[in-house]
Amino acid sequence: MYSKLLQLVASALLVVVALSFQSAHAEPAPQQLVNALATGKLKQKPAQIEALAATKNPAIIPVLQALIEGELFYLKNDGQVVIAPQSGPMIDAATGKPLSGLNKSSLKKIKANNKVRRIARAAIAKLTLQSPVLAERQAAVEALFKAAKPESLSLLLEAQKNETDPQLQTRLAQAIALISLQDKAATAKAQQAAIAQLRSLGGQQALALLQAFTARDDIAPQEKEAATRAVEAIEKSMALWGIGQNVWYGLSLGSVLLLAAIGLAITFGVMGIINMAHGEMVMLGAYTTFVVQEVIRSSFPGVFEYSLAIALPLAFLVAGSVGFAMERGIIRFLYGRPLETLLATWGVSLVLQQAVRSIFGPTNKQVGNPEWMSGAYELGGLMLTANRLWILAFALLVFALLLVVLRRTRFGLQMRAVTQNRRMAASMGIRTPWVDAFTFALGSGIAGIAGVALSQIANVSPNLGQTYIIDSFMVVVFGGVGNLWGTLVGAMTLGVANKFLEPYAGAVLAKILTLVFIILFIQKRPRGLFAQKGRAVEA
Amino acid sequence: MITAKLLSRFGLSASALIVALLAIAILFPLANLALPPENPLHVPSHLLPLLGKYLCYAMLALALDLVWGYCGILSLGHGAFFALGGYAMGMYLMRQIGPRGVYADPILPDFMVFLNWQELPWFWYGFDQFWFACLMVLLVPGALAFVFGWFAFRSRVTGVYLSIITQALTYALLLAFFRNDMGFGGNNGLTDFKEILGFSLQADSTRAALFAASAIMLALTFALCRAITLSKLGKVMQALTNAENRVRFIGYRVEHVKLFAFTLSAMIAGIAGALYVPQVGIINPGEFAPANSIEVVIWTAVGGRGTLLGPIFGALLVNGGKSYFTAAFPEVWLFALGALFIAVTLFLPKGIVGLVTQLQERFAARKAAAKRQKQTAPPAKPALNPEAAE
Repeated sequence: MYSKLLQLVASALLVVVALSFQSAHAEPAPQQLVNALATGKLKQKPAQIEALAATKNPAIIPVLQALIEGELFYLKNDGQVVIAPQSGPMIDAATGKPLSGLNKSSLKKIKANNKVRRIARAAIAKLTLQSPVLAERQAAVEALFKAAKPESLSLLLEAQKNETDPQLQTRLAQAIALISLQDKAATAKAQQAAIAQLRSLGGQQALALLQAFTARDDIAPQEKEAATRAVEAIEKSMALWGIGQNVWYGLSLGSVLLLAAIGLAITFGVMGIINMAHGEMVMLGAYTTFVVQEVIRSSFPGVFEYSLAIALPLAFLVAGSVGFAMERGIIRFLYGRPLETLLATWGVSLVLQQAVRSIFGPTNKQVGNPEWMSGAYELGGLMLTANRLWILAFALLVFALLLVVLRRTRFGLQMRAVTQNRRMAASMGIRTPWVDAFTFALGSGIAGIAGVALSQIANVSPNLGQTYIIDSFMVVVFGGVGNLWGTLVGAMTLGVANKFLEPYAGAVLAKILTLVFIILFIQKRPRGLFAQKGRAVEA
Repeated sequence: MITAKLLSRFGLSASALIVALLAIAILFPLANLALPPENPLHVPSHLLPLLGKYLCYAMLALALDLVWGYCGILSLGHGAFFALGGYAMGMYLMRQIGPRGVYADPILPDFMVFLNWQELPWFWYGFDQFWFACLMVLLVPGALAFVFGWFAFRSRVTGVYLSIITQALTYALLLAFFRNDMGFGGNNGLTDFKEILGFSLQADSTRAALFAASAIMLALTFALCRAITLSKLGKVMQALTNAENRVRFIGYRVEHVKLFAFTLSAMIAGIAGALYVPQVGIINPGEFAPANSIEVVIWTAVGGRGTLLGPIFGALLVNGGKSYFTAAFPEVWLFALGALFIAVTLFLPKGIVGLVTQLQERFAARKAAAKRQKQTAPPAKPALNPEAAE
C-alpha cells in the first residue's frame, strides 16, 4: 500500500519534471524536417511546412519567420538550413546555435512566394495559439483580433476548444464573433451569438462592424434588430466613457493650472502682491530640472530614474531664493502700491527671461521622462497616461502640504496673523518683514516645484512662464483671493470646463470662451467664488 | 492772439508742446522733401516713418495716461484698442489693393482666396470707403471699451482686478485673431498694402503726409486731453483717483466718469493704431500680445503718469532707446527694459516730468534760501551738527 503510494508520487514527480523540462528547454526542431526545406521545388513547400507544423514544436517558429522574411538559406555543399539575418550572426536553423566561419557566398536562399508565406504565417499563428506559454497565446490571439481576417476563423475555433484560461477564452470568443460577423456564410445562430459577444465587448471596432452588419441586406430582420440595439447600447456606453475621458482630461489640465497657480495663491491671495514674475519662477524650476538631468547624464547615469526627486528640492531652493531676493530687494519698498508692484515684477520677469535665454539659448530644452512616468493605464474605456496621473497626484499633494503648513505650523500661524492684522501681529512680537519675505519665498518656491512637474509635459523654453501666467491669475481670481480651497476648485472647474468646450468649439475658441466667462464672472462676483468676508476685504 | 489764448488756457509747457508738434508736422516733411540729401538738415526717408511710428506710440501712451494717470484705472489691455484701430485701417488698405494682389481677385483679399472663401464676410462690407474705415477706427475700440467698461465699472471692479481682466481681454483677442476662421488674416495679419486714398504708400510724399498727420493728430488729441483734465470733469477724475468712495458719497456718478474716460481713451488708442498701420505696412495679432500693452504702461511711467506731457516724452524716449539697443546690442535690450521697469517704480514714481519738477522746486527753494541769506545776516553755524553746514 505504502510503496504503491510512493510509486504514485514518484511518477507524478516524474511527469512534473518532464513537463517543466519540456517548457524550459524546448526540444530542438526536427533536423530532418527542417533540412527538407532546402530540397524540392516551390510547389512542395506547403507540404513541407505542414509537416513541420504537425510537430507542434515551438522551435520551428523562428525558422518559418525567417522563411517569410527571406532570411532562410541553405549551405550549397551539404544542404544544411541556416538563418542569416541582415545583421548579426548566422544561426543553425534546426538547433538554434550560432554558426561561425561561414561565408555568404556559400549560401543559397530558400525561395518563397506569397502563397508559401501565407501558409507559413498560418502555421506560426497555429503554433503560437497552441503554445504552452499563456503570454504567447495571448499575443497570438490579440494579433488575430486586430487583423480580424476571415481565414483565421478555423484556427480560432480550434484554439477555443483547447483553451483553459477563462480570460483568454472570452477574448477568443470575441475574436470569433468579430470575424464571423463579417462571414457571409455564417448561420443565423452564429450571428446572434456574435452580436451578443460584440455588444458586451463594445469599443470602436465592434461598433464599426455592427454598423456595417446592419447595413447589409442579406440578413434576417431579427438579427438586424438585435444588431441595431447593440449599436445603440455601444454608442451610449461610449458616450458615457467619452464624458469620463473628458472629465479626466479636464482634471489633468486643472492639475496643471493648480500647480501653476498655487504659488500665486500665496503671493497674490495671501499677501496681495501681484507677482508678474511668477511664471518665471515656474520656468526656473523647469530649467533646474534640465540642469539636474544634464549633470546626471554626464556624471551619474545610474540615478536618472531619481532625477525628478533630486530636482524637486533644488527647484524649490532656486526659485525660493530668487523670490526671497526679489522681496528684500524690490517688493518691500512697494507695499501698499499694488500697481507699481505689478510693473516692477514685470521688469524682473523680463530680466529673468533674458538671463535664461542668454545662458541656455532661446530653443526648447529636452527634459527626459523617467521610466515610471511614461506609459498609460487603461481603465474600462478610459485611457490614463502615467505622467498626467502623477502630476494630478503631485498637485494634490502639494496642495495638501501647503494647507498643513498654513494651518498647523508656527510659520503658518504667523503668516495668517500678519495677513489679518499687520500692526497687531507686529505688536505681538512677530517680525513681520521676515514673515513677508519668507511667505514670498514659499510662494516662489512652490512655483519652482511646479516647474519640475511641468517640465515633464510642456516645452522647457524661456517663454514657459508666459504661457501660464495669465491662466494662473484667472484661476486665483476666479477661485477667490486669499482662499486656497478656492484655488483648487477654480483650477479644476476651469480645466474641466475648458475640456468640455473643446469638442464643440476647438481648443483656441474654448480658451477664449473660458476667458470671456471669467471676465463676465468677475463682474458678477468681483471677489471670486469663495470670497473673503468681513473688513479685511476692504483693505 | 491764438498763442495768447493757448498760453492762458493750457499753460506754458503744454502750449509749447502743441506748437512744437505742429512745427515738426510741417518742418520734418519739408526737410525730407524739399532739401537735397547732402544738406545737413535733410531728414532721410527711412527716418520719417520711424518717427511717425513713435508719434503713434506717444498717442497710445497719452491715451493710457488719461485713464491711468487721471482715473487710476491701470489698463493692461490698451494695446487691444490700438490693434483694433489698426485692423480697421488695415481692412481699408486691404480692400484698396483690389486686383493688384497675388491672386488678383477684385474683391477678396489674398488670404481669403488662399483659404478658398467664396465671398466677403459681412464685417468686411463698407471697408472700401475711407470714411467708413475712419468711423470704425473710432467706433470699434470705443464700443468695446464702452461695453467692457460698463460691465466692469458698474460692478465696481477696481485696482489690480481690473488690470488683470483687461489683460485677459487682450489675451483673448490675441487668441481670437490668430484663428484663420476669424477672417482677419490669422497668423499673418493684414499686409502688402499698396495705397491710401489713391496715393502710393511707398512714395516719400505719402509717408511725409502720414507723418504730418500723426504729429497733428497727436497735437489735437493732446489738446483734447489737456482740455478735459483742466475742466471740472478733470477735477472729478483726479478726485476719484485719490478717494473713489468719497467722490461717490458726495454724489458724483463715478461709473459714468470712468466710463467716459475709458471710452475716449480707447478711441484715441484706436486713432493711434490707424495711423500706425499705414506707416509700418503690417498689422498682425502680435499687436494684441499682453506684453505690448504692459510696455505702453512703462512708457507712461517713465515719462510721468498724470502729466499728459510725460507719457509722450516717455514713449519717444523708450522707443528711441529700443530702436538703438535692439540694433546695437540685441541681447541687452530686455535687460535694459526690465531694469527700467524696476528702476522707474522704485526711484522715479512720478517719472521724468516728476523728477524735473522736483528739481525745479528744489532749485527754486535753494534760490529763495540764498536770497534770504543775502538779505539777512548769515546765521551762526550750529555747533552740534557739523554736516548741515556744508
